[in-house]
Amino acid sequence: MIRVERASKRFGAHVAVDQVSFHVPPSTVTVLIGPSGSGKSTVLRLINGLERLDAGAIVLDGLPLDAAGRNLERVRAETGMVFQQFNLFPHLRVLENLTLAPRLVRGRPAAVVEAEARALLAKVGLADKAARFPAQLSGGEQQRVAIARALCMKPKVMLFDEPTSSLDPEMIQEVLEVMKALAAEGMTMVVATHEMGFAREVAHEVLFLDGGRLIEAGTPERIFGRPRESRTQAFLAKVL
Amino acid sequence: MDPLAALGRIVIFLLPTVPETIKITLVSFALALLLGLLVGVVRIAPRAPWTWIGRTYVDAIRGVPLLVWIFFIYFGLGRVLHLPQFVAGVLAIGICYSAYVGETIRAGIQAIPRGQWEAAASLGLSHRQAMQRIILPQAVRVVVPPVMNDFIACLKDSSLVSIIGLRELTRAGREYSSGTFVDFETWLVVGILYLAMTVALTRCSALLEARLRRPEAAA
Repeated sequence: MIRVERASKRFGAHVAVDQVSFHVPPSTVTVLIGPSGSGKSTVLRLINGLERLDAGAIVLDGLPLDAAGRNLERVRAETGMVFQQFNLFPHLRVLENLTLAPRLVRGRPAAVVEAEARALLAKVGLADKAARFPAQLSGGEQQRVAIARALCMKPKVMLFDEPTSSLDPEMIQEVLEVMKALAAEGMTMVVATHEMGFAREVAHEVLFLDGGRLIEAGTPERIFGRPRESRTQAFLAKVL
Repeated sequence: MDPLAALGRIVIFLLPTVPETIKITLVSFALALLLGLLVGVVRIAPRAPWTWIGRTYVDAIRGVPLLVWIFFIYFGLGRVLHLPQFVAGVLAIGICYSAYVGETIRAGIQAIPRGQWEAAASLGLSHRQAMQRIILPQAVRVVVPPVMNDFIACLKDSSLVSIIGLRELTRAGREYSSGTFVDFETWLVVGILYLAMTVALTRCSALLEARLRRPEAAA
């Protein structure tokens, strides 16, 4: 579904992502772990073209995304992105947050999109909040709206950039539950997170990044149970 | 002569020119808003030539006094184009204020968090769609108070076109004072009439601001 080949990205002198390669098969969950600044977010942002590749290639379901930024809007429409800061549109009601892009970008009829949006809101447990504005919701509710908004585009892949890192502890679970349900339905997902419990439970593959490099990849059992690299061991010793 | 009657006479002489001042202000500022929106959007365009053009426009216009713009357009360009006083005056004020309004709008656009652009982009919206649907509607709320300040300044600066003979409030004041030599009272009344208009506008601005107060902030 996603193939990342020797992807590199630098910001000025700082190398954010250094020749990272991995492959995400359809209907699997890949979890990126690593310290802050390890390049997790940048990898996600490269996949949906929010950052341009300096070198390497990323192919999404046969669509290549290269340094020239070809296929940019198509790739973005096929990848749903959930941000740490939710980034809901504050001037639009919850329902409009969901329906805007499918209508504008996909050109789909309003009535159909609205019905789908309401179904998605029900799915994330927010059917009664369709007419609210984002600021009237809790952080956990906002993040669930953001997930529903991304899903409303019927993406082939969902990318999560530390979706629970700015939430109060009591709201983290409600968001993780939605993500687990999504994974169980067979959605292809790439998740950057510090939630090791989630990685252990849901991931098919865990990638450990440090300093922009992919240090180690494997099943959650292997990475958490028998990490090979000393850097992985040191990181896990701190967070587990 | 009874001082109150003298003041009354001045008011009766000046009041009919107030609509002309308002007309000049409204037409100039409508032009300023239109051009200013263009300038603001162009200034933050992702492609280099546009940003450069926008900045040059703003610098060139803000660096020259409005009075010089009025002379340049009325006497300078007027030589060739034979612009009526009203058109020349409105063009000068409108163009001049478009630079200020443009900068205000640019600041409003840039006050919208980057995450809004990114969320729009991640959903597949183009730069233009994001600007129209996500950024500008939010920027409007940020921009209304400072743009209203520009509008009030524009009203006061409309007095400058009296110099090319447009018969608005200030021009009428000059006519009356030079004909009667009642300078103190005349300019007092002119000042009070401008003050009345600007105070009314300030109140309108406060009301508008309250109405635009973000619906999303009402928890």
